Order: sequence, then C-alpha cells, then structure tokens
Amino acid sequence: MTTIFGIPSQALFGQLLLGLINGSFYAMLSLGLAIIFGLLNIINFAHGAFYMVGAFVAWMLLNYTGLGYWWALVLAPVIVGGLGILIERGLIARLYKLDHLYGLLLTFGLALIIQGLFRNYYGVSGLPYAIPAELTGGQRLPFMFLPNYRGWIVVFSLVICLATWLVIEKTKLGAYLRAATENPTLVQAFGVNVPLLLTLTYGFGVALAALAGVLAAPVYSVNPNMGADLIIVVFAVVVIGGMGSILGSIITGFSLGLVEGLTKVFYPEASATAIFVIMVLVLLVKPAGLFGKPA
Amino acid sequence: MADTLAPAIEAAPIAPTLPESKDARALHRMVFVGIAVALVVLPFVLYPVFLMKVLCFALFALAFNLLLGYGGLLSFGHAAYFGMASYLSAYSAKIWGLTPELAILCGTATAGVLGFVFGSLAIRRQGIYFAMITLALAQMVFFFALQSKFTGGEDGIQAVPRGHLFGLVSLADDRVLYVLVASIFFGGLLLIYRIIHSPFGQVLKAIRDNEPRAISLGYRTHHYKLALFVLSTTLAGLAGATKAIVFQLASLTDVHWSMSGEVVLITLVGGLGTVFGPIAGALVIVTMENYLAPFGAWVTIIQGVVFVVCVLVFREGIVGMIARWAKRPL
Repeated sequence: MTTIFGIPSQALFGQLLLGLINGSFYAMLSLGLAIIFGLLNIINFAHGAFYMVGAFVAWMLLNYTGLGYWWALVLAPVIVGGLGILIERGLIARLYKLDHLYGLLLTFGLALIIQGLFRNYYGVSGLPYAIPAELTGGQRLPFMFLPNYRGWIVVFSLVICLATWLVIEKTKLGAYLRAATENPTLVQAFGVNVPLLLTLTYGFGVALAALAGVLAAPVYSVNPNMGADLIIVVFAVVVIGGMGSILGSIITGFSLGLVEGLTKVFYPEASATAIFVIMVLVLLVKPAGLFGKPA
Repeated sequence: MADTLAPAIEAAPIAPTLPESKDARALHRMVFVGIAVALVVLPFVLYPVFLMKVLCFALFALAFNLLLGYGGLLSFGHAAYFGMASYLSAYSAKIWGLTPELAILCGTATAGVLGFVFGSLAIRRQGIYFAMITLALAQMVFFFALQSKFTGGEDGIQAVPRGHLFGLVSLADDRVLYVLVASIFFGGLLLIYRIIHSPFGQVLKAIRDNEPRAISLGYRTHHYKLALFVLSTTLAGLAGATKAIVFQLASLTDVHWSMSGEVVLITLVGGLGTVFGPIAGALVIVTMENYLAPFGAWVTIIQGVVFVVCVLVFREGIVGMIARWAKRPL
C-alpha cells in the first residue's frame, strides 16, 4: 500500500474528499450568508436552520408524497425559499431601519423556533435518506475509491456556486443587486423596486441553504441539529474570507473544508477546532479577512 | 459588499440615552435600597436555591449588558467565560480542595484572562463580525471542554463540595450560601453601576454612540473597548464560578452556545442598556424555565418566540418601558 508522510494514501485521499464535501457545504452556506448580508445588512442566524429544513423537506417529499431525490433537488429550495420570502416580508422587513444586531437576534430566535419544532416532531436520532439509484456505486481511481454520490456533491455545488457568481457578476439582475448593495437609496431613485430585490435576495440565499441541505441528506442523517453547529463554523469561514467578495467566499469555503480534512488525517483531536484556529490566525495577520477590504 | 460601507439606512442606536439628572440619582438610590430589602426578605418567601439561580444569571446578564448596552458590543459567546469560570471553580474546589472563596476567585480570574485573549482578537472587527468572532471563539472553547480530560467531558464535574468559607463557615446550608451569593451579586451590581457612571463609562458611551468622533477627540478607543470586554468577561466569570459552587456542578451546558443565547435573551427581555434591566430579565426567564421544565423541547421554541416578539415589538424591555414612564434612566 502506498503511503504519503506515513499515512496510507487511501485514508489521506478519503479524508480530503470528506473535507471537500464539507467545503462544498461551507461554500454554499457562506455564499448565501454573504449575498444576504451584502444587501440586507443582516447576518442570517437562521441559515443553519434552513439548511436543516431543506434536508427535512427532501425526506418529507420522499416519505409523504413519494417524490424522490431529483424532485427534492428542485422542490426543496423552492419551498424553503418561499418560506424565507414569507419570513422576510413578515418579520425581517420590519427591522431594516434598526441596528443590524436586531436582525441577528431575530434570526437567532427563528432558528431556535424552527429547530425546536423539528426536534419535537422528529426527535434527535436522525432519519435515513437513501442515495438516489443513479448515483450509487463508485469509481475506482488509481489512488482511491470515489463514491459517485460524493463526487456529485462536490461537482454540483461547485457548479451552483459558479452559476451564482456568474448571475451576480454578468446579468442585469446581478447588476441591480450589486448596485443596491452599494447604495439602495440611489438605486430606488432610478426606479428599481429595492424592497422586492431584498425579498428575492433573502429567498435566494435561503434556497441555497436548503439546496445544500438536500445534498447533505444522503451523506449525513437528516437531523434537527444538523444545522446548528454547522452555522457557527460557517460564521468562522465568513470571518476568515471576509464577506467582501462572492468568489472569495466560494474559494474560502472549499479550501477550509480541505484544511479540515487534512487536520483529521494528521491531528484528529484538533479537527473540530482547526477552522477556529485559522480564524484566530487570520484575525491576527489580516483582520479584514482574506478577501475583505481593510476597514 | 464590504462591511466598511456606511449603511445607507441610518441605524438606530441600541439604547436611547435619557438625560441624567440629580433626580435620577435619587431614584437609583431608592432602587438600590429596594433591591437590598428584596434580597433580605425574599429567601423567607421563596426557595433559596431558586433565588441563587436567579442571582447568578442576573449577574451574568448584568456583565453581558455592561458590554452591549454601554459599549455597543454584542458578544455572542459569553457562555465561554461563564462556563470556563464554572469549570475552574468546580475543579479547584473539588480536586485542589480550595476554599469556596478561592475557588470562585480562581474561576473569575480564568474568565478575565480568557476575556483578555479573546477580546484582543475580537475587537479587531466591529458590529456583526464582532458577534460572529466571539461566537466562533466560544465554540472553540466548547470543543475544548468537550474533549479535554479535566472538564469530565459529557459528565461534567459533579459533586463539587461547597466547603467552608474562609475555612471557617460551612456553606452546606442553603441559607448560609445564600448570604454569600447575595453579597457577591450586590457587590457586582454596585461595581457595574460605578463603572457605568464613572468618567470611564462616559467615554465608553461616547465610543458606542460615535466611535470616529471619540477617536478624533484623542481617545484610544481600542484600549477602552478591551478594558470593557475584560471587565465584562470577568464579571460573567464571577457569576459562572459562583453558580458552580451553588449547584455543585459544572457541565457542558454552561459553555454551549445556547447559554450565550440565553444571556442575550435575559438582557433583551429586561431592557438593553438599562442598569437594572438584566435583573428583571433574569427573574422572568429563570421563572419561565422553571415552570416550563416539564414541557421539554418546548422551552427552546418558547425562548425563540420570546426572542422574536421582543425584537419586533418590545425592544425597550421591561425596565426600559418603566424608565420611559418614569422619564428617567434606570
């Protein structure tokens, strides 16, 4: 068996792949957070909860209506995005004139409610969700065995992230979004419906979280707590990357997943805290974050 | 999407400052006398352990509110200081056999040192980032507590001896312990009141309301913020250390992020940026949790609902509302 730095290459690449998968979720979640923060100026604490709801909607679609994974991939983001839009219109929109911290507190409360409700009805043990038939099995690569579904997560989330980046950078809608991020009052004066843009942005960010949840459902069990701890790691990812750039949050997300995977191989005890330690180092060296503009 | 952009929508301050007057000072003196009387009378009416729980959480929330209400800094990781102080106090009382006052001091000092280290990192960013950094650092502490041996992992440190105060007075009796806890609480409250109304506190309020202006007036705002952060974490640690002696237990609950959320909730319900708000908040929330304990998971949901309702329609909190009626800051 081949070894690299005394570690069997199978184990090394296996952990790197796991890291890349986690990185996909970090990237999709931090991307959504960054877009929402850019325009709405709130940090969406409920992001982890929406990720969890996305996974649950996939499970419900399968078990209550018989709609499988591919339907869930489309329907879950739409349903959860719709829920997000209702929440933005009904609750968050009342806070735009207040200090940003109130947005954080409100969405924290929402996260508690959503997670509590799912814990009540589905318990904490986790529900199984099977890998879709088309993506079972795997490829035998020269250096490792690659399960198809895991490869799919990485490729699909990369495509989604890049597509989001393209929409924001290259389309007219994206131009409105960027302009409204810079100066909402002026953009509104030009006749763009900024409140609608805010609502849609929140819905889209939340839909991204739900999509990540559907992707995660077959790998991790569907569990009411799956988003709660993840969101704190994603916050650290956001602090490391800085929310200044869309591409920045994608790159930071994927690479931190890899770093976490590497830590699991070489120093497993530290794997839970690796990202937080990196955050401390980044704060010491470059307080504005890797891709942030200095204050 | 830089966080450096001035928000186009003007942000309302966290705590509106009502004009201070001699009148208000007299009112505050009356409130202090009222609290002192309540501290003496209540143990004859209510269960002392329940009261001590309220007092510990009230002190914790007072410390948190000192940072948020008077420094404008929202720390979402105050459980780290509360929890680590609780662990160190429990450990030093149980394993090293320290007397309770030394154990509490040991826990408090730990929280202060931790606060200094984390504070120096966190104050490098502002606003929403500050909240995220403190939360992430606290999560790091949580994982440390989960994995390291001295905390006992999932079991926590149980059966912590209450011991003898100064090696003389046994604290086994709840009523004796209550006197100690009530004194610590009242001392903490007086200290916080003094800090808020000192020249140092005035500078803090200036920084909270307009940091660039405070800088232009020659204040090293970073030093002030760090000093405030350390004061707040130390007092949070005092609350956590005391709690460990009262309940003879230090566990993962104390360092979990939900504890950080709880102290925010207590302060929000009582009134952000009011001196006495956190006490009212602690009374309400601890009572609520006591009565709701049989409903299990519903507690989280109800906490969430209280959060949402408070943020949407009741931002001034209980004491904030009373202060508005009285037209005096409380």
